[in-house]
Formats: sequence, C-alpha cells, structure tokens
Amino acid sequence: MNTRALPLYATVVIFLLAYLLCWLQFPNILSTRVIGNLLTDNAYLGIVAVGMTLVILSGGIDLSVGSVIAFSGVFIAVILRETSLHPLVVFALLLALTTAFGAAMGFLIDRLAMPAFIVTLAGMFLARGAAYMLSIDSVPIAHPFYKTLQSAYWLMPGKGRLALIGVVMLLTVLAGMVVAHKTRFGASVYALGGGEATARLMGVRQGRTTMLVYAFSGLMAGLSGIVFSVYTGSGYSLATVGTELTAIAAVVIGGTLLTGGAGYMFGTLVGVLTMGLIQTYIVFDGTLSSWWTKIVIGVLLLVFILLQKGLLKLSRDRLGGQG
Amino acid sequence: MSLLKRIAPQLIALALLVALVTVFYPGFLKLDLSGGRLVGPMIDVLKRGAPVALLAVGMTLVIATRGIDLSVGTTMAICGAVAAWAVAGGWGLVPALLLALAAGALAGLWNGLLVAVVGIQPFVATLILMTMGRGIAQLITEGRILTFNHAGFAFLGSGTLLGLPVPAWLWLACGLGMAALMRRTALGLLVEAIGINRRASALAGVNATVLLIAVYVVSGLCAALAGIVVTADIRGADANNAGLWLELDAILAVVIGGNSLLGGRFSIIASLLGALIIQTIDTGILLAGFPSEYNLVIKAGLVLVILVLQSPRIAGEWRLWRDSHRASREARAAQRSRT
Amino acid sequence: MLLTIRSLTKTFPGTRALDAVDFDLAAGEVHALLGENGAGKSTLIKCLTGAYHRDGGTITLDGAQIDPQSTVEAQEQGIGTVYQEVNLLPNLTVAQNLMFGREPRRWGLVDSRAMRAEARETLRPYGLDIDVDRDLGSYSVAIQQIVAIARAVALSGKVLILDEPTASLDAAEVRMVFDVVRGLRARGLGIVFVSHFLDQVFGLTDRITVLRNGRRIVTERTADLDRVKLIEHMLGRALEHEVAGQTAEPVASDRVPLLSFQNFGRRGVIEPYDLTIGRGEVVGLAGLLGSGRTETAELMFGVRTATQGEASDAKARLDLSSPRAAIAQGFGFVPEERKTDGIVAELSIRENVILGLQARRGWARPIPRSEQNRIADDYIKRLDIRTSGREKPIGELSGGNQQKAILARWLAMNPRFLILDEPTRGIDVGAHAEILRLIRELTEAGMSILVISSEIDELVAVANRVIVVRDRRHVAELAGARVTGDEIMRAIAAEEVAA
Repeated sequence: MNTRALPLYATVVIFLLAYLLCWLQFPNILSTRVIGNLLTDNAYLGIVAVGMTLVILSGGIDLSVGSVIAFSGVFIAVILRETSLHPLVVFALLLALTTAFGAAMGFLIDRLAMPAFIVTLAGMFLARGAAYMLSIDSVPIAHPFYKTLQSAYWLMPGKGRLALIGVVMLLTVLAGMVVAHKTRFGASVYALGGGEATARLMGVRQGRTTMLVYAFSGLMAGLSGIVFSVYTGSGYSLATVGTELTAIAAVVIGGTLLTGGAGYMFGTLVGVLTMGLIQTYIVFDGTLSSWWTKIVIGVLLLVFILLQKGLLKLSRDRLGGQG
Repeated sequence: MSLLKRIAPQLIALALLVALVTVFYPGFLKLDLSGGRLVGPMIDVLKRGAPVALLAVGMTLVIATRGIDLSVGTTMAICGAVAAWAVAGGWGLVPALLLALAAGALAGLWNGLLVAVVGIQPFVATLILMTMGRGIAQLITEGRILTFNHAGFAFLGSGTLLGLPVPAWLWLACGLGMAALMRRTALGLLVEAIGINRRASALAGVNATVLLIAVYVVSGLCAALAGIVVTADIRGADANNAGLWLELDAILAVVIGGNSLLGGRFSIIASLLGALIIQTIDTGILLAGFPSEYNLVIKAGLVLVILVLQSPRIAGEWRLWRDSHRASREARAAQRSRT
Repeated sequence: MLLTIRSLTKTFPGTRALDAVDFDLAAGEVHALLGENGAGKSTLIKCLTGAYHRDGGTITLDGAQIDPQSTVEAQEQGIGTVYQEVNLLPNLTVAQNLMFGREPRRWGLVDSRAMRAEARETLRPYGLDIDVDRDLGSYSVAIQQIVAIARAVALSGKVLILDEPTASLDAAEVRMVFDVVRGLRARGLGIVFVSHFLDQVFGLTDRITVLRNGRRIVTERTADLDRVKLIEHMLGRALEHEVAGQTAEPVASDRVPLLSFQNFGRRGVIEPYDLTIGRGEVVGLAGLLGSGRTETAELMFGVRTATQGEASDAKARLDLSSPRAAIAQGFGFVPEERKTDGIVAELSIRENVILGLQARRGWARPIPRSEQNRIADDYIKRLDIRTSGREKPIGELSGGNQQKAILARWLAMNPRFLILDEPTRGIDVGAHAEILRLIRELTEAGMSILVISSEIDELVAVANRVIVVRDRRHVAELAGARVTGDEIMRAIAAEEVAA
C-alpha cells in the first residue's frame, strides 16, 4: 500500500463514519433528498476546490479564489443588466478573464520567485476591489436563461433533486481527475510539488507549468463564480469572503499534502462533502450553533496536517534507517 | 541617524501621500482643539490606524524570523470577545484585560509550538487557527454581538488622553516600547540571526526554539491589544467582523515598511509608518470623495510594486544587467583608449 | 574514446574550481573520479551535465563536440547522471518516474496500461521485477537507485555518471547496484563512478582519475595503483614549506587531562569511542570523507546527542545535550559547512563575531556597542580579516575571511575546548598558514583543540596526537613520533570492512 494514499483512506473512512453517526441519529440523512442538497449546496465549493487541489499539489497556494468568485458573480450580473448579451457569451468572457488573471498570477510567482501566498494575496485584493468597483450592492440576475439553469434538475429515486450545478460540480471533479492523473501536465504538477529542483532535472518546464496551474485555478474560480451566481441568483461583491480558506481546508481534509506533491482529486470531493455533512448535521440538530462548523473543520485540518507531518517523518525515518 | 536613513523611504512616501490627499481634500491637515482634544483628519488616521499598527508590531517580528502569522485577525476577534464577555460579566476592567491578553498569548503559544517544535511551516500552522478562530470567538459571544456598558473599557477605544485618542497612545507606546526592547537589549539581533540562518544561530548558542515561540506569543499579545481596542471602540465584540482582513493589512504594513518577507533585518518603526501609510490611503480616499472601492485595488497595486522591489530574481537579473552593462562600457572605453 | 575532455576550466569568484582538467572515458569502461571535498569532482560533473557552463576547454562525445546548456540537453546528447539523492521523485510511482516526459498517450491522455508495460520492459534487463504502480519512495534506496540508473540509461544511453550512488546503501544493496553497473559496462556504456569508498572503487573500476584543488593529479589503471599511493594522490603531501617541515611537539606525559569521553557514541552514527584530551593539546582527527570524523565532533558539541557513554572533566560529568549546553561547558565548534552552519550572511562581521558571546550572556544583557566594536576590531586586526570595515555583511567576504570571522566568534568566547572541522577548507594559502599559526598560539595559551582535516600534512604540523577514523569507528591513535604522514596514511588505507 502506498503511504501517500493513507490520508485519502483516512478521509474516506472519516466521511463514512461521520455519515454513519449522523444516520444513527437522524435516519433521514441518508435520503437522496439530503444527498442532492449536499451536492447542490456545495457545488461552487467543490469546483473551486478542484482548482485549489491542483495548485496545492504543485506546492503553491491560491488565496484569490474567494474574491474571484465574488467578482464573477458581480461581473455576470452587471453585464447582464447593462447589455443584452446572452449569458453563455458572458460566461465565456468571464472564464477567459479569470483564466488570464490566474495565468498572470502564475507568471508573477515564477518570474518574481516570491511566495505564492503573497502574490495571490495581491490578486485577492485586486479581484475584490474590481468587484466593488463594478457594484457595491447586490445585483439580482433576472435573465430568463438563469431561471432555466436554476430549475434544471434530475429527480432521483426517493424524490431527491440533483440540480444542474451539482452535476457540473461532479463533472468538474471528473475533469480535474483526468487533468491531475491522466495528463503529462498533471504529472509535471506532481513533480513540481515533489521537489522543484528534481522536477527541473527531470525536464519539467517550471515557468510554464506554474502559469498553467494558476490559470487552471482561475478557470475553476470563474466556473465556481458562475455556479454560485446560479445558486444565489445574484452577484454580490461581499459574497464568499473566506472561501479560499474553506477550499484549502477541503483539499487538506481530502488528503492532499499541503506542502504539495501528494494527493488525489477524488479526495477533495470527499473533503468537500465532509464539510457539507458537518453543516447538514448542524442544521438537522437544530440546537448546535453554526460556528461549530468552523471549529470542527479547524480540528480536522489540524488532524490532517499532523497526520501528514507524521507520515512524512515516518517515511524519512524508514529511508534514513537503511543508510 | 541610521534609523532616519532606514525609514526615509517610508517617511517620504507618507509625506507624498499626505500632500496628495491634501490636494484633493484641502482640509486634511487641519487640526482643531476642542474640549481638550485634538480633532482633525490626521488625528483620525492615528486613531483608526491603531489595530493595524498594533498587529504590525508583532507581525514585523514574526516576519523577521522568516515566518508569517495569518491568525492575528481571528485572534483579535477571540480576544475582543473574551474581554467583552468578562467585562459584561462583571469581572472588572483589569481582570478582563488580563484575560484577553492571556487568550492572545495562548493563541501565540499554540502557533509558536506548531512552528518551532512540531516543525510545520508558519503559513500552514497559523492557517489552522485562522480557520477555526472565528468559530471560537463566536462560541464566546454565542453568535451575537456581545455589547457591554463600561466607561473604563470604552475609554480604551474612544477616549482621549493629553489631547490624543487613547488607541493612538496605545500603538505608539506598544510600537516604540517594542522597538526599544528589541534594540536596547540583544533581542533584535538574536531575532534577526534566527531569521537569516536558524541552524547557524542555534550552533552559535542562540536558543532559537524558545525565541521563535516567544515571537509568536508577542504577535498574539499584539493581536489581543488590537482586539481590545476594536472592541472598546464599538462597545461590543463582533466575532464575525472584528479583525476581518486585518492580517493582510498587517502583512502589507510590514512589507511597506521595507521588511523582507524572506526574514532577517527588521524595523518596527518602519512597519508603523507602513500602517500609517495604509490608513492614510483608507482615510484619504474617503475624504477625497473617491469611492472606497478603490481601496483594495490600490493596495493590490502596492503589494505588486513591493513584490517586484523585493524579488530575489529581479534583483539578481538587475545586478546581472548592471554588471554586463558596466563591463561593456568598460570594454568600449578600453577600445576607445586603444584607438 | 567515447568521451574526451580537454583542458576544462571553470572559475568561481575567488576560486578556480577546475584548472585545465583532461579526462577520457572509453566505451565499456568504469572510470573512477576521486578526490576530497572541493577537489573539483562535482564541478567537473556539473560541467559535463550542463548544470554549469564551462569557462574553457572542450568536451567531445563520440567524435562530436558538445556544449550542453542543461541536464535535459546533456541527456539528449547521451550523458545521463545518477546522484546520491534528488534523482527521481519519491511521490510518483516507479512507472511515472521511469516514463516521465515520454509517457505513452492515447487520445491525448496518458495510457497507464502501456506506461506500466513499458516501465516493466525498461526494468527487465536490470533483473528488477517490482510493482511499478507503487510510489518510488516506498522502495529501498537501492531499488530507487537502480530505477534512476534505468531511467538515465533509457534516456541517454552513452555515458552514465554515478555520483556517490552507494552512499546510503548496505553491503547487499551495493552488490545489487554493482551487478547492474557491470551489466551496463558489458553493454558498452562508458561509466564515470564517483565514490569515497575505496573498496568499491578497487572492486568495480577499470581506471582511476584523481583530482585535487581543481587539477588532475593522475589517471592510472586501477590494477596499477595501490591503496596508499591512491590516498597520497587524493590527500596530497606537499604543503607550503612554512607549514610542512614543522611538527608539533609530542604530548608531554605530564599534561593535565582536561576532558575525557568514555564509551561515547550514537547508534548508526558513530561507534562508541574513548578519548581524553589534555590541556593545551591539539588532537587531530584524520579519515576520509564520510568516515565519521564530523560525526565525532557533532556528538561532542551536542549537535546530535550521544545515545551512550559520558563526557566528563576533572570535576564532574558534563551535559552535552545541545549546542547551548556544550557552550555552557566551555566548548566551541567551527563547523565544516560555513554557509549553512557558520555564517549568518546578512549580519555584519561585528554581529557575527559577537553573536555567540551575546547568546551566552542572554538577551537581557546586551554587549555595549563600544565593547562590540572593540571586540570586532580587535579580531579583525588579530586574525587579519580583510574587509573594508566591521559593518560589512559577512556574506560579502571571501571564504577565508568568513572562516576567520567565525573563528573570531568562538575565540571571543574564550572556550577551553575548541573543535575545528576542516578549518582550512576552500581558503587561500595565505589564510591557511595563518590559521595553523593561530592554532599553535591558542594552545600555548592553554586552549585544547580538536582539528578535523583531510589534509594530512596539516594534521602532522599542528597535532600532538592523531585519531584515525574509518567506517564510523575510531581505529587508530597515533602519538609522539608516530604522528607522521606515512603512519596516518597507512592507518586510513588499511583494508576497509566492505561497505
């Protein structure tokens, strides 16, 4: 068994155990209705976490995504209000914009050789500021196409609704799995996260890969922004504050090493669902306050970081012991 | 003298900024004395800049050790909540303040242990508290804005002492006191040494582990002070919004202060000036009648400029360019002298 | 000849790392490249693999001149390299590592099945039948090395450079790797083998080239060289006459013992040893790279803690559990790796000099600035540190002057026992002689010193007694008239226990 996969197994086990516990207390939680809501409510988070997973796998971090999601919503809402463009055209424009934005950050991280978190911090300010400049108020989206998007769902057995945005999220995770595990680019991302110097020795083009990684994250953040605007039916520049932290937490709880180089896209989906489950449980319980979500997530984060630190030490000791 | 040279860029930037704001809003430099207190936009800057300035003091030290503390904003929220809870619960002012400071120190100790003993990267280690901190704060305030009615406590946020707002006195005292502590003792040197080369410093006998933990504790204490100021100012603890985004402003203040994110040499005074620059931008934009939306974009631009200035790669390439330029000039000169 | 190098030259600021070096490699040959640290081995290899750009000379491979600009380019031209570590990525699977950058694809996506099959095929000639889907990091270092070799050969196929490939392998694993190397030799590859294990060199290679101080000293058929001769070439015997020719006095029998270490050791690092050091005595520690000489010192200074045995002085048992504890006992340590373990680069000379003193006094009692200046100026003058002033960042000084400043840091603390690990490595001849003179002065004033050095004449010149370390063990102690170059050399060269 690969030790690298251990956190993933831990994630899956924790999720299943948690679900079991919830089910014992509230048997309803195993209905397709709840599962459908779980996927719908966390669709935007799942999508942005796919991008974050790739960034973290490469050994970086992207703090700008929460702001980019907010910017996307406002951008769509304002353009739809001011012009008569079809939403699909606006989506394409937006995705091009956020992808270019991500690529620019990747370029700077590589060229300036500065820590990713500070460069993407500037990106965070910029995107949030741009959103403010478009509109400080919440802008409703009234386009009929949005109605179509919002009401599109598949009725699962048991009356659960799998909304379109939930499907988009699942497809995105699938696409993320292909990119991370089935392409040369994905292999380069793992290589960079495993060690920049070695990766260069093995022929990874570091600058290009870094740029693509952040471009991908920008693309995902844009897509997440679209999904979020469908979900809320509006664009608001103060939305999704701190989503980058939630996404990072989901990725780490999903078993990806925060220092890069190890992890699975699928784990991120489980991580997102785990966090959604915590929230669902709190809603079901009714007496617990919502802030417990943050605390439980923080504790899980700590557990996974310590677990990874321990595994790293373990494998190093084992190799050292052979010397 | 050398201090003046060190902070000259920040002073000049601040002066230019003040001049710029004055162009748009001529009343910016106006000072009035009313009822024993100075009032005016500049006094407002001194007062409102207090939280970031306080955070910047601790953050300067953390960054000097090649670290980062992302949890200061949430620590503010926790400590503010603790103080408000204690005051509202009738503990009295001094025990409440001590309790809040203890909470800050505890938060710092937690971060410090994760960084120095467990060996987790500072960015990751402090992320944990950053994620769960607001939950803890809300646990204390029980999700409400915890208000209190205590004149003594409120004085810390909105009172006036010798003409100046109390928060201004607080950050001045804390910043200058810390700067003096660093430079009048050997602490400053030791902190810089472990920031530049922790291993070599430890081999020379510097107690790097303890020092590293202490630095995070100081950062926690500064965050506690900032939390107290904010809570006292609005007479209530808002777990959701107290200190939101401020960790980023604090980091920004430190880098505007010319302190390298890669650790080493630091100047607390320069970071304080950095905090003032940020606050002047905030206030200036508001007074000059620009929408406050510009604020974040300007900050983003600032970060970018500083990044380019600090980038080791850009510096290297510039040196290379300069050297090759110089070499070719000398070669040309040599050629000319030959002909 | 498969590979011909002529007058290869590479200069770094302050040092000439390679000075007109010639080197030949035939097809079907294993050619050892030997030399102590700083001899120029790794520079030569880096020039060959494109990691460095050479300043002069030619490299001819298969009759064509080459000038690789990167490792990838060198690989394409036919030169592959396997280092001691950082070759491949432990977080990728064996198959991913082997096929990295040339994964078979179907419809644009990596075809995992074909990749696995091809990876297995690549490993077959090496007799390695392993699960290629597992992480490389989950296999032993030997298997990782063989996978690295397989990848390098598959990518380049003419010249294989093995840079200390066996440093972290046990005996059985070494045999495994050697079988692979012999197989490649039979297939007609030219193999450059760098190692500090002489047994392995004699067991595997056809020819030996020795470098020292950036120059080629000798190239000989392995069969024509004996061990002592080889070590003589590696360590060199000709120092400046002002150093050579002088020898330290033998230990006076009435010398008061200052420290004694009994059964002092750490499992897996250095075998337990007994050692007594007299007041004002210089003890030399001789041995090849990786023999355990630095580890001996690290244990004494608490860089690593001893798992057994104890240290004591005339009065009491000593706590040496950390550098701070050792310093409190009056120990000092000038480490071998100046950059990572010694200097604090961006601090000034003054601050670097007083750092240890200040750390010992505690943060609350700062040394007054005037006192700091006096100490720094005093040592700049006494040790002749060449600088424009005491406020210059130490990182901007030359290696020798940095070394003197670090020495000053410890002298300022006036230790009773000072450990010098390769005190003259990478510094120019003038500074070299000064440091040796200083050692003598210090002992005359009563300080006890442990000198670790790969330069035997240096040890002969300053040490009263020499301990020889081999295979992580103290194997010989030479004192009095026996402290001669020949004796030390013989003790180092004695048959090694197979690695």
